[in-house]
Amino acid sequence: MSEINNQNNKTPWERVAGNGLLSRRHLLGLSLAGATGLIGSRVLAADASRVEIPQWSKRPGRDPSAYGSPSGFAQDVRRLAGNPNATLPGSGVSRTPLHLLQGNITPNSLHFERHHAGVPDIDPAQHQLLIHGLVRQPLRFRYEDLLAYPMQSRIHFLECSGNSGANTSPQAGDSSAAAIHGLLSCAEWTGVKLSTLLEEAGIAEGASWVTSTGADGASMGRSIPLNKALRDVFIALYQNGEPIRPEQGYPMRLFVPGWEGNVSVKWLTQIKLSDAPANFRDETSRYTDLLPDGRALQFTFPMGVKSLITSPSGQMQLRRQGLHEITGVAWSGSAAIRRVEVSADGGRSWADAHLEGTGQDLALTRFRLPWLWEGGPAVLQSRAIDAAGNVQPTRQQFQEIYSPANRFHYNAIQSWSVSEAGEVKNVYA
Amino acid sequence: MFTPDLRVAVCLLSLLSWAIPGQAAQSTPNLGQAVSEEQLQGLDLIVMPNGNGLPEGSGSAVQGQVLYEQQCESCHGAQGEGSPGVPALVGGSTTDTPPLMTVGSYWPYATTVYDYIRRAMPPTAPKSLSDDEVYQVVAYVLQLNGLITETFELNRNTLPAVVMPNRNGFIDRSQVQQVRP
Ligand code: HEC
Repeated sequence: MSEINNQNNKTPWERVAGNGLLSRRHLLGLSLAGATGLIGSRVLAADASRVEIPQWSKRPGRDPSAYGSPSGFAQDVRRLAGNPNATLPGSGVSRTPLHLLQGNITPNSLHFERHHAGVPDIDPAQHQLLIHGLVRQPLRFRYEDLLAYPMQSRIHFLECSGNSGANTSPQAGDSSAAAIHGLLSCAEWTGVKLSTLLEEAGIAEGASWVTSTGADGASMGRSIPLNKALRDVFIALYQNGEPIRPEQGYPMRLFVPGWEGNVSVKWLTQIKLSDAPANFRDETSRYTDLLPDGRALQFTFPMGVKSLITSPSGQMQLRRQGLHEITGVAWSGSAAIRRVEVSADGGRSWADAHLEGTGQDLALTRFRLPWLWEGGPAVLQSRAIDAAGNVQPTRQQFQEIYSPANRFHYNAIQSWSVSEAGEVKNVYA
Repeated sequence: MFTPDLRVAVCLLSLLSWAIPGQAAQSTPNLGQAVSEEQLQGLDLIVMPNGNGLPEGSGSAVQGQVLYEQQCESCHGAQGEGSPGVPALVGGSTTDTPPLMTVGSYWPYATTVYDYIRRAMPPTAPKSLSDDEVYQVVAYVLQLNGLITETFELNRNTLPAVVMPNRNGFIDRSQVQQVRP
């Protein structure tokens, strides 16, 4: 750490790691005079024309509306959606534009999607949730019934187990944060604890697994151990306060906190208790992790500890030298985020980022750190550590465990290079 | 690195003891309506590795070939080799470079082939095949992989007994759940 002086305004900046990483504590503590100085006289001198009252201040605006929509000027804040899939109608993904968002909550219209047979249009009055198998009394619940149950609200991330798989390919693709990592979102989910409904049906002796099936065309099915189901799994009916969106399983989805997204079965219609996993296609053929020796890991449930810098990030362009904020998100499927470190020199030196958020288990945590870009090349990285002590691996550490063909559960450190021209690119470093 | 966590088993036992029902549950409005397993037979498509859930009926690869040519071949190819965007169903190896994971080289249980095709294939009309037709086309896919003969009759007893080549290729990580402090 060294105290240096900014030549323009004599503001002391405290460097906390190599290549321009600054102490945030110090910046926030600046006096008003110091803060003004930091912005710089260049800006004040640039435009001397009179500042006029804008036209929208001289007439009434639009009427209130029944359901809001974003500003017409913010239309680029959209999911990155693929083309329709001719061989598998309705299947595919749309990705959350992580680099265009702030905070920890993903708006409902921007929550990522992954479907195996499209989004069904379900009439809640005709939808049923059946609980059967190794229970004392098989039960049928209507949507309306579930709305009358005690509920809980939890902020949790959801991540597809194939998220970031693009970075397992041998060459780093020139892609945005959304294109690589956008199968990740975080919302406040509200619903009924699965344990409440299982208690009502009565768990029969010998039950150790729970299979869940959706009402979509693919009747997507997944198995999870009963102990997890009783610990914190719930049936989500609301997403950020409103009924969950069709893309997220309207009228109801299973929500399995911290675990690979695919087990949080959407359009949930059947829960069957059993003494073994069903070994559905999506827990054998897919979502299993191939190892170098040809064997594979099955039921890799909790998502690994992970973080990424969302700004500056891939395909962005730094337009000026000087102070920038490095910001991003961190999460872990095992615990709360305890610490995020940031590097601007490709991992040679690290500084602790400032964490924002609820500090909750299994939720996104926003991090920030000021960075002085002085026009030189840089490689920006972030590394998360969770409260269980798990540390986000490097790409090399990750690749050593798995077959090069494995694209699931990738949680390695993301590197963004910054060129002297200010271009930000996805790189392997 | 991949050892099971015994704490989870202990935790499971203690959870089960409180969840065993005697009378009506206390913490719920008890709005669930009783149904019988018989009522759910049409809805429940789950086929377990031990064969539980397999329906009556049967089929052979000879019969399945006709159906496959009509309903599957356009996407999955004449020999199950797949096409752009559509997975191969035959051959491959998990140790080739690059590896090719298919029903034949990767799937641990033949029952999953029945389960998946019945619920999800063909994608334009899932759940349109009869139970017999599913047996037929599953038989054809298994026969293309050299796992059964053309005339072998697949039914609820013979299907679970088909041993898949990669049966022991998976390491079960289900109980390795990190306990949160
Ligand atoms: C319109 C094209 C199309 C047709 C027709 C079709 N399939 Fe498929 N099939 C697919 C696609 C695409 C997938 C991958 C689905 C996914 O990834 O969710 C698939 C997946 C499968 C799988 C799983 C493969 C794996 O390795 O995971 C099996 C088995 C299968 N199909 C069998 C069949 C059979 C049998 C038929 C005929 C009854 C059939 N399919 C007809 C496109 C098709």
